[in-house]
Amino acid sequence: MVLSRFIGILKLAFKYKKLLVGSAVLSFIVLFSLIGILVYHVNPRDILFQDLKPPCPSNPLGTDVFGRDVMAQVIHGTLNSLKVGVVAGLLAVLIGIGIGATAGYFGGVIDEALNLVTNTFLTLPTLALLIALAAYIRVRSEWIVALIIGVTSWPWTARAVRAQVYSLRTREFIYLAKMSGLSSLGIILLEVLPNMLSYIIMCFTLQMASAILAETGLSAIGLGPSDAITLGVILRWSIVWEAPRLGAWWWFVPPGIIITLIAVSVLLLNSGLDEIYNPRLRRRGLEKGS
Amino acid sequence: MKKVVNVVNLRGGYETPLGFVRAVDGCSLEVYEREIVGIAGESGCGKSTFARLMIGYVKPPAYVINGTSIIGDINVYSLPWEERRRRLWGVKVSLIPQYSMNALNPTKKIRDIIVDVVRERKGKSISSREALAMAKARLEELGLSEEVLNMYPIELSGGMKQRTVIAISTLLNPLLLIADEPTSALDVSTQKLLLFLLYELVKRRGIVETLIFISHDIATLRQICDRLYIMYAGRIVEVGGIEEVLKNPLHPYTKGLIRAVISLQPEVRGITLRGIPGSPPDLINPPKGCRFAPRCPSAKDKCKEEPPLINVGGRRLVACWLYD
Amino acid sequence: MRALLKVRNLSKVFKTGFLRRGTLITAVNNVTFELNKGEILSLIGESGSGKTTTAKLILKLLRPTSGEIYLEDVEIWSIPNKNYWRRVQAVFQDPYASFNPIYKVNRVLKNAFKLIGRNLSKSEVKGRIKEVLTYVGLKPDEVLDKRPFELSGGQLQRVLLARCLLIDPQIIIADEPTSMIDASTRVEVLNIFKKLSKEGKSIIFITHDISQAFYVSDTMLVMHKGAIVERGRPEDIVFSPKHPYTKGLISAVPKLHERFGFS
Repeated sequence: MVLSRFIGILKLAFKYKKLLVGSAVLSFIVLFSLIGILVYHVNPRDILFQDLKPPCPSNPLGTDVFGRDVMAQVIHGTLNSLKVGVVAGLLAVLIGIGIGATAGYFGGVIDEALNLVTNTFLTLPTLALLIALAAYIRVRSEWIVALIIGVTSWPWTARAVRAQVYSLRTREFIYLAKMSGLSSLGIILLEVLPNMLSYIIMCFTLQMASAILAETGLSAIGLGPSDAITLGVILRWSIVWEAPRLGAWWWFVPPGIIITLIAVSVLLLNSGLDEIYNPRLRRRGLEKGS
Repeated sequence: MKKVVNVVNLRGGYETPLGFVRAVDGCSLEVYEREIVGIAGESGCGKSTFARLMIGYVKPPAYVINGTSIIGDINVYSLPWEERRRRLWGVKVSLIPQYSMNALNPTKKIRDIIVDVVRERKGKSISSREALAMAKARLEELGLSEEVLNMYPIELSGGMKQRTVIAISTLLNPLLLIADEPTSALDVSTQKLLLFLLYELVKRRGIVETLIFISHDIATLRQICDRLYIMYAGRIVEVGGIEEVLKNPLHPYTKGLIRAVISLQPEVRGITLRGIPGSPPDLINPPKGCRFAPRCPSAKDKCKEEPPLINVGGRRLVACWLYD
Repeated sequence: MRALLKVRNLSKVFKTGFLRRGTLITAVNNVTFELNKGEILSLIGESGSGKTTTAKLILKLLRPTSGEIYLEDVEIWSIPNKNYWRRVQAVFQDPYASFNPIYKVNRVLKNAFKLIGRNLSKSEVKGRIKEVLTYVGLKPDEVLDKRPFELSGGQLQRVLLARCLLIDPQIIIADEPTSMIDASTRVEVLNIFKKLSKEGKSIIFITHDISQAFYVSDTMLVMHKGAIVERGRPEDIVFSPKHPYTKGLISAVPKLHERFGFS
């Protein structure tokens, strides 16, 4: 029963090219990093005394200015970037849902107050905050960076969730749930949010993509993790140590491509999910005689 | 009498994740000049899809399978989409879909909406001043003051919006106006006014040559229609003059529909009215034979075979073996 | 006979805008009426007449601006919510909006058991559900395992009535329960209301359709712009209306065997 449903979903997925391509690329990248960690046992920080070697059989992506293997860096970097993306994305979505759903469901004063909070966070100069934080927290792990990004990027989700919840609260099934004695929290958790699951998933994917890009940006100016390797960190190293000028494309092109691919595939995934849930967006070709 | 609309054996439907819904399965219809024809049917019978198929407004996930539709001198399906848009829609035929009053662009003033619509049809051959003059005249004929032109849709009441939509749809004096449940979202008093206006448009002012009025409410249809088509599960099951069909219904479905009408008569207080048990069939896999048979009190063995529309005299048609 | 529900000078004024002066909308204007046991009372009005707001006030979904509502002589806002909703329940207009589309239909019935708080065994629960579904004319296997979009409006409304029956309230507020159902099924749902009132349930039937109200009610109240403009027995209101608004309303009802004098 479950298997046939799963096959049904797979068949459906094949119809929607965006979803397919997006999830394929993303899965490939994730697998690349996970399998890479298991299989490619080179320590990215080991100095091999062979500086700036272009890609060759023993170093598939060459070495950097210190003689460290770039492939190892990219594998670890991808994994860490994804970690930051997922954690920051989750954090942002959870905070966003908490605040957005509360504001949307209760309305009135609570809504206005939470909107005030949301708007304040929106206008927070994140960069200035991070520079100040960087001054205090000398050693920043990727988790701290993820935390900072998560805690400052939730307003987008909060707004989106609030709007959806606000439109749902006057639906009759909510009234009936109330009149069946369900508490407000119960209604939000059991009736409202599950109804918006697809929406929440899309919020998460978008937050994740934006978090990865945010981390890359932060790392590029040196405010990223101070002791972990992420794709952004690799980019920073390559800029600081003048890889472009030295022609060592193998150091900055691969991380750049992977970051771009992650962002694009997540956005494609999102767009594909949107097509499924919003029939009007479907292109003509999808519907002919099946 | 000249036939203005001639639809023959139209067949079509739309794709859903669960399969293809054959919403219209071989329906024919004719409208003569200055006639108001009603299509009565309940939810899911295909009447709205029928309207769209008639005018060729079919885009995926909707598809037409076969059949012809001739409006005026235009054979709808012989024209490509762009030609239909240019020569047919808004010009020779206008469709007012259900809830269309909510389709007025809320960010535009009525005058801008009207000019857009007219310019799109007639191109540069008509200036916006001329278009607005036409609009003003038409609005006045429908009982709306010219101030409406400068308002936004949100400032208008339901009835006013509906009348505005009718004004815009009939600006170019189409041969055929199709109104799909135009009164369902309105209060009773506004409904009456709207029915009056539609009647005037066709019968007295000649602004619209013919009208097809689609509704689930037969008492409403009674008010302005000359002839009635009863639609059930994608098929036409009865046709006739409106008074005849309502006073002397032939098809068991029509009888059931009429029996379920609550009239404001004293007798109604004491009796128990009966509806039609069961529900309409699934149009993805419609049953073989007569589609009403599962719910019909007079079903026989013969009903396993689909009854054609049988002529029982004087343009009265019934799709039922009881009248073979 | 003591009235079951007493509504006294009920008013609801909505203010648009927050922390600044907004416009005031009087949705319900000084409404007073009573409902007896086993009575079907109709609130008839067009859109904007205040009938749905009145329903929400009686259901404790909204707080009144002024006025009181008494259930068996106790002011409803001093009755704990769960207790109140065991005695007053509702059926709303849109059957598809009354169900959470992601859950199966039987969930609303199971949740009803939570409200009545009796501890029943699984088989007792099943039995009770079968009982109420049969009462409203549905077969359990026809509806229980389905999702809302797989059933018709009429079937869904009946499930909602079955839900009410499980809770077994004294009063059912039905807000346009049949306006989104086809005419051929509508009558059957109205018949269920009639049956319920004969068995002692009180019903407030809210509608814009006078014919439906005429068929089921014992008393009719006509509302216009938030106030009750006429009240009485159905025959009196329909055949000898007194208020001009009521007269206009009756004359606008399309009749099956009569045409409006257009031609």
